[in-house]
Amino acid sequence: MRGSRKKASLDLLSKVLEHELVPKHEILSIDEGVRILREYGIKPEQLPWLRASDPAAKAIGAKPGDIVRIVRRSPTGGEVTVYRYVVPG
Amino acid sequence: MTSSSSYVDTRILGSVIESRLAERLPRTVIEELKTILMRYQLTEEQLEKLISEVEKELEKNSVDPGEPVGMVAAQSIGEPSTQMTLRTFHYAGVRELNVTLGLPRLIELVDAKKTPSTPLTYIYLRPEYKNNREKAIEVARKIELTKVINVTLRIDVNFLSNAIVIILDRDMLEDKGVSVDEVVKVLQKAVKKAKVMQSSENPYEIIVQFEEALDPTKVERLREKILQTRIKGVKGINKVIIQRREDEYVLVCEGSNLAELMQLEEVDYRRIRTNNIKEVESVLGIEAARTLLVEEIMNVLEEQGLDVDIRHIMLVADMMTRTGVVKAIGRHGVMASKDSPLAKAAFEITVKNLIDAAAKGEVDKLLGVTESVIVGNYIPIGTAKVGIIFNPHIKK
Repeated sequence: MRGSRKKASLDLLSKVLEHELVPKHEILSIDEGVRILREYGIKPEQLPWLRASDPAAKAIGAKPGDIVRIVRRSPTGGEVTVYRYVVPG
Repeated sequence: MTSSSSYVDTRILGSVIESRLAERLPRTVIEELKTILMRYQLTEEQLEKLISEVEKELEKNSVDPGEPVGMVAAQSIGEPSTQMTLRTFHYAGVRELNVTLGLPRLIELVDAKKTPSTPLTYIYLRPEYKNNREKAIEVARKIELTKVINVTLRIDVNFLSNAIVIILDRDMLEDKGVSVDEVVKVLQKAVKKAKVMQSSENPYEIIVQFEEALDPTKVERLREKILQTRIKGVKGINKVIIQRREDEYVLVCEGSNLAELMQLEEVDYRRIRTNNIKEVESVLGIEAARTLLVEEIMNVLEEQGLDVDIRHIMLVADMMTRTGVVKAIGRHGVMASKDSPLAKAAFEITVKNLIDAAAKGEVDKLLGVTESVIVGNYIPIGTAKVGIIFNPHIKK
């Protein structure tokens, strides 16, 4: 029972990123992250957050401290790039 | 067509626009500009003028630094909302289902309620199933939650023979696609210390024969347990309606259970939708919740014929999802995350906020709008947001 539930949730995680509501998520390298922070002139905590327990974060394997690039499909701007800072929780 | 050299080649036109405006203009605008300009024969001079005109327009339409976008959003949503009718029930699309719309739904969304008052799920089916009505009905029967109570006509407790007798409803069995054997099977599993069998006299009668004498104090709970036993279906999906949309059949379900529905092989898990924001947050993540929140709020407003710019809604949704979880606009959610105790006190529960701040020895840096108004400072908006930084130690 326990095992099947765990397997089921893994199965679900792989489907999460394919859902039409979920935009593309990708983990930034450290260099890129630093570049982004310098560009905006902010500390990482000042970015919007992404919980490490978030299904999308789990699906791409993001760990607290990572910065995730999210490419949203926006009705006003076509494609919009935003960043989220992965926090524990 | 004598001096074709002065005209810009339509083939390179796209790349010229691209190189000049990419990164500064949204994708959609660039694409639109390209398709429109493709139709004309333009000289280099004309193209140059057009591009500078677009740049000028972009400059004019961007938000200025220091613009109080939050206040503009609040006004732009608040004013039309006052004109919204309070009428709750509407029959939107399907006659059998009623959906909360209008102001109650808007409040529900902004308050980030755990479950909406009318949770709905739209299930799109895989290509093999979506065009066939019979197959769609089959899937609908499979996922609709069916309990023993749904197919029961009567239930009697017989203390003399220590048995509970269930008489099943023939029509309901047929409607739900359940056989008597299935009911017997699930009951045998659910009830302990008892033998479940089909009556020899009446094929629609099920007898639950207990080994021990029935305890009159517990029999009520036992009866309830039997009636609530699940025969089949997905937990939380109470009613399924099949709807035809354009060229496919869509299942509209009362209730929601994303996690389980997405696992079903008949369901197109890429397109399944629910109006339960919190559930989307926990199954698909915060970004999906944000997108859905914007969509749902826009739907409520549009349905009422109110024309609110989507950018205001996006700002609200961004604020609500900033911390990685969906937070309500109110004293427990977004307001609670404010730094300034004065701003919190000015919003709601003034005394408690002030006492808490005093007890903790909090410091108000007076950086926000509300606290500046309270102490009589200029509010940090527009030109008043600009400060002067002078560093006497800087070297030439």
